[in-house]
Amino acid sequence: MTDLAAGLAAYLGAQLGTDVRVTELRRLAGGASRETWLFTMTTPDGATERLVLRRDPPGHVIETSRRREFLLLRAAAAAGVAVPRVRWCEEDTAVLGAPFFVMDYVEGETLARRLLRDAEYASARAALPEQLATALARVHAIKLGVAPLDFLARPAADTGAAVELGRYESLFRALAPEPHPAFELALRWLAARMPATSRRTLVHGDYRVGNVIFGPEGLRAVIDWEMVHVGDPLEDLGWLCVRAWRFGADANPVGGLCDRAAFVSMYERAAGVRVDPTAVRWWEVFGNLKWGIICIMQMQTFLAGVKSVELASLGRRTAETELELLDLTEGA
Amino acid sequence: MQDRPTARELLTAVREFLEADVVPALDGVTRFHARVAANVLAIVEREMASEEQSLLAEWERLAHLLRVDGEPPARLDSLRTAVRGLTESLVRRIREGETDREPFGRAVREHVRETVREKLRVTNPRYLGG
Repeated sequence: MTDLAAGLAAYLGAQLGTDVRVTELRRLAGGASRETWLFTMTTPDGATERLVLRRDPPGHVIETSRRREFLLLRAAAAAGVAVPRVRWCEEDTAVLGAPFFVMDYVEGETLARRLLRDAEYASARAALPEQLATALARVHAIKLGVAPLDFLARPAADTGAAVELGRYESLFRALAPEPHPAFELALRWLAARMPATSRRTLVHGDYRVGNVIFGPEGLRAVIDWEMVHVGDPLEDLGWLCVRAWRFGADANPVGGLCDRAAFVSMYERAAGVRVDPTAVRWWEVFGNLKWGIICIMQMQTFLAGVKSVELASLGRRTAETELELLDLTEGA
Repeated sequence: MQDRPTARELLTAVREFLEADVVPALDGVTRFHARVAANVLAIVEREMASEEQSLLAEWERLAHLLRVDGEPPARLDSLRTAVRGLTESLVRRIREGETDREPFGRAVREHVRETVREKLRVTNPRYLGG
């Protein structure tokens, strides 16, 4: 048994007040900035459960809090968003070397390439736009400013876009080792066209195909709640249109699934609000810039000594976002 | 002077080994990382083949745009440093708002687009499409 499995078994045993066995522990693919492990827990009566451990790897540039994500998943479930049920959360790094939480395993597929290409998922492709729009409207309806979500910082009413743009420009200036004229042009374009904040809600912050678990029938769970913040909900709509999440299915700008206008209509119906498509476009441009800056952040984690060929390779994906930014902003 | 295979030929051999033998023998996250590793080697192979030519072209475009006289540095590392320095000058002029005026803005956007396309010809040629 590995140290991790032994530590996990001791922790879960203490939580349940009984001896448990942890077997079939294996790391799941995906998640360059945190670790996700699948395992089976067996109690003395022979009952088994498949569970998922999410753990912060040490030494990363992106600092997140597992407790935050744990509480958000619970709030999302209460709001009717399909999410994995969360079970235990531990912030003491002495237990497993880094903060972590444990949640139920949701059977299904997460690989966007399979969703967008495999015949098996044709009905999922048809169902997902409506399901994603409905789930997103529910995320944006989660009540703010009350326990347990009172830890979320609230930007002033009309500054969602300014706060986010400022945050990522600062990260870019602090972290980029090379000059990026394409990003400079995009920053000027964005600063000249700041949208008024439509509403102030909880924003998922990483809402895209690739962060959902799906089956042949469609959406099963929305995952990866570590980028959540309070801001303009249109940020999530723009992010869903970022070219990187289409995996080559560029004819359908919304996650490779449908066109922008169709998705906006579905979201409007689900949320009961009107959406300004010009503002969504601003957030799409911002989203491509943000993904480009995240690529640089991930690459910096590699340069800082975290050994990962995946993190290293992300530095060279920055150019993809630069081309998309030029395409989106020229003549617009 | 080293003997054959050349550095590029050696890289190709390692990449082909990863693609043909290593990736199919693995699963899960290590299989994914092996595929990423093979792709990284493909990037390095393309970069070694084109770096000097594309840096020279980039220097020429920047020198024209920023009205710099003279010849590009002959040594590759000096050429890299010079392109970087000129690009930093270009960035300063963008941040000062000079590209908000035409025809300078259009000329800069054309240069930036060509530079980005050149990066993508190395890092991900398929992204450029047909």
